[in-house]
Amino acid sequence: MDYFLELFFSGLTRGSIYALIALGYTMVYGIIQLINFAHGEIYMIGAFVALIVSGVCTIYGLSGFAILILAAAIAAVYAAAYGFTLERVAYRPLRGSPRLSALISAIGMSIFLQNYVLLAQTPDFLPFPRLIPDLAFIEPVAHIIGTPELVILITTLITMVVLTFLIKKTRVGKAMRATQQDLSMARLVGINVDNVISLTFIIGSVMAAIGGVLVASYIGQVSFYIGFLAGIKAFTAAVLGGIGSIPGAVLGGLIIGWSESFAAGYISSDYEDVITFVLLVVILIFRPAGILGKVHKQKV
Amino acid sequence: MLRIENISTYYGNIQALKDVSIEVAEGEIVALIGANGAGKTTTLMSVSGIVPPRAGRILLDGDPIDELSPEKIVKMGVIQVPEGRRIFPDMTVLENLEMGAFLRTNKHLIQQDMNYVMTIFPILEKRQRQLGGTLSGGEQQMLAISRALMARPRVLLLDEPSLGLAPLIIKQIFDMIRQINKENNTTIFLVEQNANQALKLADRGYVMENGRITLVDAADKLLSNDEVRKAYLGI
Ligand SMILES: Nc1ncnc2c1ncn2[C@@H]1O[C@H](COP(=O)(O)OP(=O)(O)OP(=O)(O)O)[C@@H](O)[C@H]1O
Ligand SMILES: [Mg+2]
Repeated sequence: MDYFLELFFSGLTRGSIYALIALGYTMVYGIIQLINFAHGEIYMIGAFVALIVSGVCTIYGLSGFAILILAAAIAAVYAAAYGFTLERVAYRPLRGSPRLSALISAIGMSIFLQNYVLLAQTPDFLPFPRLIPDLAFIEPVAHIIGTPELVILITTLITMVVLTFLIKKTRVGKAMRATQQDLSMARLVGINVDNVISLTFIIGSVMAAIGGVLVASYIGQVSFYIGFLAGIKAFTAAVLGGIGSIPGAVLGGLIIGWSESFAAGYISSDYEDVITFVLLVVILIFRPAGILGKVHKQKV
Repeated sequence: MLRIENISTYYGNIQALKDVSIEVAEGEIVALIGANGAGKTTTLMSVSGIVPPRAGRILLDGDPIDELSPEKIVKMGVIQVPEGRRIFPDMTVLENLEMGAFLRTNKHLIQQDMNYVMTIFPILEKRQRQLGGTLSGGEQQMLAISRALMARPRVLLLDEPSLGLAPLIIKQIFDMIRQINKENNTTIFLVEQNANQALKLADRGYVMENGRITLVDAADKLLSNDEVRKAYLGI
């Protein structure tokens, strides 16, 4: 039973990170029908910025949670700036062109950002400090769920609650929903959809950066390449849940997290990555729009 | 109040409007009629800034608005109810109405207008928590008009409000348009294929063919004009 619970929580932890990144894919897709392939790179850049910040903080004698919070905050700001710029430079000029052009631009940006970090930093793995100290009161259950997992779960949960509140209740959130449901009608009620699109990229990037910092400090290393696999998995999660659907992204992330964790635990860790994509194929055969995705019909 | 001066509008290389001029005076109801593909929707989209004209000018109270963004045009009180109603399907009736007032800030006045639209269309009050996408066509049209009213329009642009509706509902909606015009002195520019109903409601009418204005006259004159009767009234 303990083993099952351990796998359950480790799956939940991974899944919540996938979900956090998947939200960025799904929100952008929902509004401009673009798969932002460079989203994984924003996650990676978030982790790198956090690495630099934590290095500096250590010199100044800070430790543990203080560094984590500071690093996450600064990483989020950087990631937001990258996400914003990415949309301005690589996607906005192509709005109105065939969708394939924007998609190719996205792949190009992904390759560009990877190589930029490779050149500016290093092609090797860098050790990342474990910023989450073990808390004493977790000790009795540490064989099932450790402090890092708990911190990741709580952080992602808070992030998602904030996001839900933002989208459901605030003025900008309503503008985002309206734009997602009907972009040109949104303009006809006076919404500046360019700003809404920028904001969507910023929010997605902040969440990706938070994910990047948490994972890097959990796993203990970073490289220019970590955004690729995380990005692919999160994208799969978004498609699995139904791209464009926010609850779908969360559900898809959790399903993938759990299936990886259980496949690794009960079968073999070799099957960890295979299971994700098998699942994707199976679900898309039976529900092409994803689990919670809608086939959009319009009433005339 | 609204002056469209010699505009030409294109989709890529295809010219949809050719040298179109239309004038709508304050408090007036003006109808634009024409067959499928004549360019009626394009005219309204040019006014709203969604498909800006490539040549010509559009003036509101003498100030040019043809280079402004759609949200600025909304801010100036030119509000469109587009063809097909375009209700936000996954928002409730109440949220759809709120979106209509997106650029306004005075909560008190917004609430007052919310009450007003619910008195003129009581069905909206009953349906307020229902999702927009689940309303019937007639209810959606009432919601679309109400959403536009939530912006306190000075000029209301209506694109085929009768499309796909039963005669009884059409009558109800046209009565309401007249009432809105009378009660609030809202200027109305109405696009219709249903020429008979539109010209009965309007003060003046324009006829559009293949992107050009071919006739302008008082609405009752157009109703008795032989060409109009043959082409648009099926008589
Ligand atoms: N997005 C578009 N891209 C290219 N051409 C378009 C587009 N929208 C309209 N057109 C063309 O412009 C012309 C005018 O279309 P418009 O929609 O303004 O006509 P309409 O008078 O509103 O017709 P209807 O009564 O059917 O609504 C048509 O020839 C149409 O094919
Ligand atoms: Mg039309």
